[in-house]
Amino acid sequence: MKAVILKDVTKYYRRFTSRRKFQTLKSAILERNLFAHLSPKEIVKAVDGVSLEIEKGETFGIIGENGSGKSTLLKLIAGITKPTSGTIQVNGKVSALIELGAGFHPEISGRENIYINGIMLGLSKKEIDEKIDEIIKFAELEDFIDMPVKAYSSGMYMRLGFSVAINVNPDILLVDEVLAVGDASFVQKGLEKIKEMKRAGKTIVFVTHALDLTQKICHRVAWMKKGKVMMVGEPKEVVDRYLMDALGKESSAELKATSTDRWGNREIEIKEVWLENLQGKRTTHFDYGEGMRIIMKVEAKSRQEDFVFGVGIFNSEGVNVYGTNTHLEYFKPKAIDGEATVIFEIPALHLINGTYTVDVAVHREDGFAYDYIKNALKFRVHSLSREVGIWRPPHEWRFEGGVKIEPPRRKD
Amino acid sequence: MKAFFRIYSEYRALIKTLVSRELKARYRGSILGFLWSFLNPLLLLVVYTVVFGFILRPRDPAFAGNPFNYALFLFSGLLPWVWFSACVLEATTLILINGNILKKVMFPAEVLPIVSVTANFIHFLFGVPILLVFEIALGHPITPYVLLSPLVMLVQYTFSLGLSLLLSALSANFRDLQHLMANIVTLWFFATPIIYPMSFGVIQQHRWLKAILYLNPMTHIIEGYQRAFYYGSMIPYKRLGVTFILSLILLWLGYWVFDRLRDTFVEEA
Repeated sequence: MKAVILKDVTKYYRRFTSRRKFQTLKSAILERNLFAHLSPKEIVKAVDGVSLEIEKGETFGIIGENGSGKSTLLKLIAGITKPTSGTIQVNGKVSALIELGAGFHPEISGRENIYINGIMLGLSKKEIDEKIDEIIKFAELEDFIDMPVKAYSSGMYMRLGFSVAINVNPDILLVDEVLAVGDASFVQKGLEKIKEMKRAGKTIVFVTHALDLTQKICHRVAWMKKGKVMMVGEPKEVVDRYLMDALGKESSAELKATSTDRWGNREIEIKEVWLENLQGKRTTHFDYGEGMRIIMKVEAKSRQEDFVFGVGIFNSEGVNVYGTNTHLEYFKPKAIDGEATVIFEIPALHLINGTYTVDVAVHREDGFAYDYIKNALKFRVHSLSREVGIWRPPHEWRFEGGVKIEPPRRKD
Repeated sequence: MKAFFRIYSEYRALIKTLVSRELKARYRGSILGFLWSFLNPLLLLVVYTVVFGFILRPRDPAFAGNPFNYALFLFSGLLPWVWFSACVLEATTLILINGNILKKVMFPAEVLPIVSVTANFIHFLFGVPILLVFEIALGHPITPYVLLSPLVMLVQYTFSLGLSLLLSALSANFRDLQHLMANIVTLWFFATPIIYPMSFGVIQQHRWLKAILYLNPMTHIIEGYQRAFYYGSMIPYKRLGVTFILSLILLWLGYWVFDRLRDTFVEEA
């Protein structure tokens, strides 16, 4: 049984220009739309020919860059906007956690707003009567519920909105980034509630930038780019492809360190920095176990006798995977003058699948920076798998005694 | 059109909640609160009585030179006019102001004009007892014709709703209407026999003037109230009947336009 079926769904938006070229009032009304005579330049395809089927009971994630059409797709499923073409079939009661607290009136109390919001979301007054205590409790607003909503902090406002929406008890729950609100404990609570709905066999469609979350809770993930669905499949695979795509875009770009992530007096300047494999080919993609070189071309404007070269590697969560410099490894600087090349070679990358960034620096022993570039480089390690952590030590499994286990079939 | 009336039954709870939200929120936070619903028309009555009754002194024989008579006459037309003008003015910003809700929650947009017209209607109803109390206090006779006033209200409700649907849909796409209507409403006020009676000498002497006033649907509606509340005579049922039919046509037209433009609201708001 399908919960949501999208067939070749397309949604155009008009692009607003300062000088809005309007048709006549008459044609606007008679032709039912305002797009009829607009040139292609004036329309934006927010969603472009999307076909998707979401199973009942499935938790389905949608990822993609900002402006890729994720939220529009969700609004289309929710019925808030209509597709320009194509058909959408939704089987079951939908509740959309798109904007929390829509329709809250600032002047009236939280309690009264629960009724208004609840009725807007399709609950009856009786249902709200039954659920109101639970809603208030979940929102942790017992002490504030009879105050006007305008006195609420934005966190309280969001909690109340979330609490009402989640208690609508829908068959299909649409979630758009709303878990980004509230403090950590409330986010956790919201997540628990969503997991609870998942266990109860509800269909959940999830738009998020939290890629690790999709891997934790989604059955399948769709990756959207420029209004099109690029890929649908297993979360890990889709997220990897998405990251690779995002990375590809970045690696082609010239190293452009902005002032905020580059500092130092440039007495010794890093003129160029790149990554290459052990064959000397410049690349940003490495297989697990492959060797990697970080190469820095530096130039000293004048002769210097106090200098340290450093590198740092970080994973996508900003965790420092490794950091070192020539000082820490007891090199003794003698002199540098003019151009020079520094090569940092790693014979084998024992990192898990993922994206990493590299900081490079030249500084004095006391830390004073000549040239420090944060996020100077980005690279990706490809390995099988879904292991977690940072380090993937070379290893093997052995089994002895009363255990029967089938060797892995290589997936790729 | 059938679909439109179904909205009333299908979304009754939502309409009810939103109307009460409108009414509750209006004076929330003020010390006198709901009392303002009564005080506002009362103060309006005082202002108009002083300005038009005492300062300008109506010469029309209908008021027998009595400023209080004039005040009552004025009030019986002004009260429904406030309802009407509020509907028209709100309509021009309705989609814009509620865009936030339309964008985030799925519910039929026609609920908004319904709520606007209904909330203002209820507000108008709060003013009616004040009018009646003052008539009693000033010794003005209240006749059984008062009982016909709900019919006039029905005509006005239909007319206001039709106009509200039309204007809200159009102003979502053509925002200039908002400013245009603010001026038209002022003009419309003076083109309706509210501060002057139809029996005014000038109007009776010039047939063309009377003809123009008769083209204005609000003329018949306001006259209906004035007869029911002030003159104590039969409401102009023939003219009101025609107005009612025209209002139904307007309602149909308004809904047709609204329905055709509804897809643009989410983008325009």
